[in-house]
Amino acid sequence: MAFFLETLFGGLMAGMLYSLVALGFVLIYKASGVFNFAQGAMVLFAALAMARFAEWIPLHLGITNMIAANVLAFIAAGFMMFVVAWVIERLVLRHLVNQEGTTLLMATLGISYFMEGAGQTLFGSSAYKIDIGMPKEPVMIMQSTFEGGLLINQEDLYAALIAAAMVALLSVFFQKTSTGRALRAVADDHQAAQSIGIPLNRIWVIVWCVAGVVALVAGMIWGSKLGVQFSLTTVALRALPVVILGGLTSVPGAIVGGLIIGVGEKLSEVYLGPYVGGGIEIWFAYVLALGFLLIRPQGLFGEKIIDRV
Amino acid sequence: MFYRENGQFKTSYRADQQILPIAQDRVAMLLMLVIAFVVVPSMVSDYMFRAILIPFLILSMAAIGVNILVGYCGQISLGSGAFMAVGAYAAYNFQVRIDGMPLLLSLLLGGLCATAFGMLFGLPSLRVKGLYLAVATLAAQFFSDWMFLRISWFTNNSTSGSVAVSNLQVFGMPIESPMSKYLFCLSLLVVIALMAKNLVRGAVGREWMAIRDMDVAAAVIGIRPMYAKMTAFAVSSFIVGIAGALWAFVYLGSWETAAFNVDLSFRLLFMVIIGGMGSIMGSFFGAAFIIILPIFLSQALPAFASLFGVEISTAGIAHAELMAFGGLIVWFLIVEPHGLAKLWSIGKQKLRLWPFPH
Repeated sequence: MAFFLETLFGGLMAGMLYSLVALGFVLIYKASGVFNFAQGAMVLFAALAMARFAEWIPLHLGITNMIAANVLAFIAAGFMMFVVAWVIERLVLRHLVNQEGTTLLMATLGISYFMEGAGQTLFGSSAYKIDIGMPKEPVMIMQSTFEGGLLINQEDLYAALIAAAMVALLSVFFQKTSTGRALRAVADDHQAAQSIGIPLNRIWVIVWCVAGVVALVAGMIWGSKLGVQFSLTTVALRALPVVILGGLTSVPGAIVGGLIIGVGEKLSEVYLGPYVGGGIEIWFAYVLALGFLLIRPQGLFGEKIIDRV
Repeated sequence: MFYRENGQFKTSYRADQQILPIAQDRVAMLLMLVIAFVVVPSMVSDYMFRAILIPFLILSMAAIGVNILVGYCGQISLGSGAFMAVGAYAAYNFQVRIDGMPLLLSLLLGGLCATAFGMLFGLPSLRVKGLYLAVATLAAQFFSDWMFLRISWFTNNSTSGSVAVSNLQVFGMPIESPMSKYLFCLSLLVVIALMAKNLVRGAVGREWMAIRDMDVAAAVIGIRPMYAKMTAFAVSSFIVGIAGALWAFVYLGSWETAAFNVDLSFRLLFMVIIGGMGSIMGSFFGAAFIIILPIFLSQALPAFASLFGVEISTAGIAHAELMAFGGLIVWFLIVEPHGLAKLWSIGKQKLRLWPFPH
């Protein structure tokens, strides 16, 4: 039982991180109808920027306080993501307005290749680490309920907390601020939004910016857990089934989907894996998403789009 | 001046509908074939065969397959690498497990296995499209990565997970030297390209294009979406599967699962986008482009950088390659969605009028 719960917790924590990446997908899809394949490249780019700025700032500015240096690095990396969002809007999205979904999808694939190259050219391509001072040692909880208690990784716990805070913040931003309202309007109908005077281009910059910040947070957490390196881009491919499961247009869907995929991956690996040779983590999520596509293409919480195929 | 069709009258529908209706085109095609089959083998070095020509031929074949699905039928696929892998491993198993199996037959059977796999993962296309289909085909990719890595039956229980073929021969002729490999791939490619060209200009090809352009309208005029999509998946994965088997047998020789990873799928898609969606000709352009660009960059960049006194590392070249690919994809999608093939046909149009402007 304790082992099961530990696996479950591990899955939930991993799922929280998937949700963070999935959130980036959902945000951009909602606001511009673009499925952003480059989210993984953005995570890598942001994490690389953060890692290198955190390295350079103490070196060149003489700020030795770790927290101050990290905060400055975060701000600098956030600014980089803003620049990236602006450039993407200027050079790519603006020219592809009203194109088919698949064209935009392929364009973001191109963006993702470009950003992987550019990020590594600018910031270097070795493995870096981000140290934001999260405690690494595991803790025991619920020792009273179980023999031996449950071993929980503190770092995971903090990461999950940060992710949850991020989600709460975004929900408030979307529901309560006027910019958030404009974003939702654009998501509903581009033309209608434009006709009542919402500037589409600015909205797109904002939403790519927000997605960039989400990517930065995701990259920071993943980076402090696993180190910043090229393989970070595969995180996006792992998070892709999450959005399919949760629904492309739903923020809660990204969260719940992430949790389901995280738990499903871990449990299936532990309990099903030994029978089929292990390593099924890689495709389990995809097959789950595939099953969902056949039965309920809009996902758990997505809006039902009536679209004959 | 030379490229005119004036005076070439067609007196039958047959003559009107042939693949190359203009006499100059036929001469050019004949010349190309003579060059490819006779001149190139006698002039080119072994390095050229191994590094450029053989991969170019095989990837052109794969790009034709992907183009049928993506360019002609409009069904996006990110799982082409998986279809190649299935073709390769199936052909390998036929080759290794059955004594005296002819190479051609095992390639064909490999293609047929890829067809079955492709149709299975093409089933979601009957319900979903666009992005969702991309996810479904990605599922095929990750599933095949896992399958060939973990299920040791497919790799003939090889302990390292890497498999190899040797002693390839066709009709008693060994396929060992780079030149014979080149000729073997070239002959297969010619057959497949001709087959694909004829398919896309026939009834089924028109159905694919109708589905691509607007599926509802196509269904209304009596095209069965299921039949059209499934045939597109079948033909596409058959060609891609054979290309995969060739890639493994002829180009790699010994390989493991990582040779057919998701990056290969993306590259195949890039070939189709850059070369030209919905064009057999474009597949050749795309494959050539994707093969030559990295070689060009690795030669040109250090030379260019040394002009400014900067040293570029190999990693730097790899990054420049990623950036060039990404930038070009976006550029082509924005400026010329029909790719190099469109530029080619514009050039041909200009040539018709040359030297007059109108």
